Amino acid sequence: MRLRHFDEELAELKATLVRMASLAEDQIDQALSALTNRDSDQARQVISRDHKVNALDVEIDEECLRLLALHQPAARDLRLVTTAMKISTELERISDLAENVCERTIELNEEPQLKPYIDIPRMGNIARAMVKESIDAFVKDDSALARKVLANDDLVDDLMEQIFRELLSYMSEDPHTITRAIRLSFVAKYLERIADHATNIAELVVYLVEGKIIRHTTPAQSA
Amino acid sequence: MLDRQYRTMTGSLPLAVPSLMTMQDGGQGHSMAPQHDHAPAKSKLLVRSFSFFYGPTQALFKIGIDIPEHQVTAFIGPSGCGKSTLLRCMNRLNDLIEGARHEGDILLDNEDIFSPSIDITHLRKRVGMVFQKSNPFPKSIYENVAYGPRLQGLNQRTVLDGIVEHSLQGAGLWEEVKDRLTKSALGLSGGQQQRLCIARALAVKPDVLLMDEPCSALDPIATGRIEELLFTLKKELTIVIVTHNMQQAARVSDWTAFLYMGQLVEFGLTKKLFTAPAQKQTEDYITGRFG
Repeated sequence: MRLRHFDEELAELKATLVRMASLAEDQIDQALSALTNRDSDQARQVISRDHKVNALDVEIDEECLRLLALHQPAARDLRLVTTAMKISTELERISDLAENVCERTIELNEEPQLKPYIDIPRMGNIARAMVKESIDAFVKDDSALARKVLANDDLVDDLMEQIFRELLSYMSEDPHTITRAIRLSFVAKYLERIADHATNIAELVVYLVEGKIIRHTTPAQSA
Repeated sequence: MLDRQYRTMTGSLPLAVPSLMTMQDGGQGHSMAPQHDHAPAKSKLLVRSFSFFYGPTQALFKIGIDIPEHQVTAFIGPSGCGKSTLLRCMNRLNDLIEGARHEGDILLDNEDIFSPSIDITHLRKRVGMVFQKSNPFPKSIYENVAYGPRLQGLNQRTVLDGIVEHSLQGAGLWEEVKDRLTKSALGLSGGQQQRLCIARALAVKPDVLLMDEPCSALDPIATGRIEELLFTLKKELTIVIVTHNMQQAARVSDWTAFLYMGQLVEFGLTKKLFTAPAQKQTEDYITGRFG
């Protein structure tokens, strides 16, 4: 096996992507903490940090384009570069959604708390863990781990449904709760979207490792 | 690796990677038919459990490939892997090598090309060849192209004129040489000479065109012209190209066969082979990890 300079460049690309992922994960953490602790300052900090993730998205995009143009990679190398481009877009969206959670948090904090936040942070933690595991799967080239992430998406969807029903009952009992309930249901939706993006990352990892496209397929087809 | 000079197969294997040698197992004896994800094309050439020997040295080991009609099939692999040997077997050019022998079959339109009833001149008319280095005859441009048809007994000037023009157009050379057809072919540029050789091959209306590293002595512009040509030529005939330029194989071919140390490692759709090859060895080769 010959050592190639290209391998070093690919390793650097991976490292930048991992750096971006940990920033995005941190954004989710901080957003969840700002929400549950009703800390508007912390929420504003999250919002002010989103540009860092955006900058890394651009950096990774440029790096991938450079690698494609100059090295014309094939096979696994090609899959790594194209997958990195797509994962970076997913992470950027994840960070945007964390920012959205913070925007709603600041609005929610201007009124008394509607209800104790239990299921929403739970959902957020699962979504965050999905992001982490999908990135771990990317780092370790572990498609089995990536497939495990896919299974968790249903859990998040179920929680979302449950939260939505609960908020609906608040709203139908007392119209004064509508503004807060809608904001909270937005938050739940954002977290559910984060889990969707983690799912996308996991699917990309399966493609990276196995060369098999499992997006837009049923679980049976993708096995 | 990509600029490694072309070497003809001499039987020695310059790239013996021990760990890979032990990995050789499958692929022997069974044919690799293209795995279609669309309507299957008709097979033009069938290579069946084909082995080839240069004296005591075995150069090809039970190769099985179906070459689809009106498609471009590329053979890739490191120097000495047997890709040129296999190509040269397809119009029996290796017959000329002393001590060479084969086992297995190659069928052209279901007819065994090694059958005693085969007229070898007729076979080479049907299966034309273009070599790495352009080899025009020291004659005029016109006579180079008219040479094959003349050998077949065609002498009528108007018919020959038509063939020459048509062939030169087919090779994308007509516009550049139409005003100097009587000038020596040796005055053409390298890229033009190579296209002249393609025109010369086309003049006898072959079914199959074998190309052995046709662009390796050409600059990128001339290479681009030949590659463009393949897209139009394949409508009329079946093309098999040996190339050590993997980007070229990826650009021009519909199907790719990867050979290593005389064995067929993988054969499949080019778009699949270059994005998600099935074999580790193919992966390592096309990503430049060995070879």
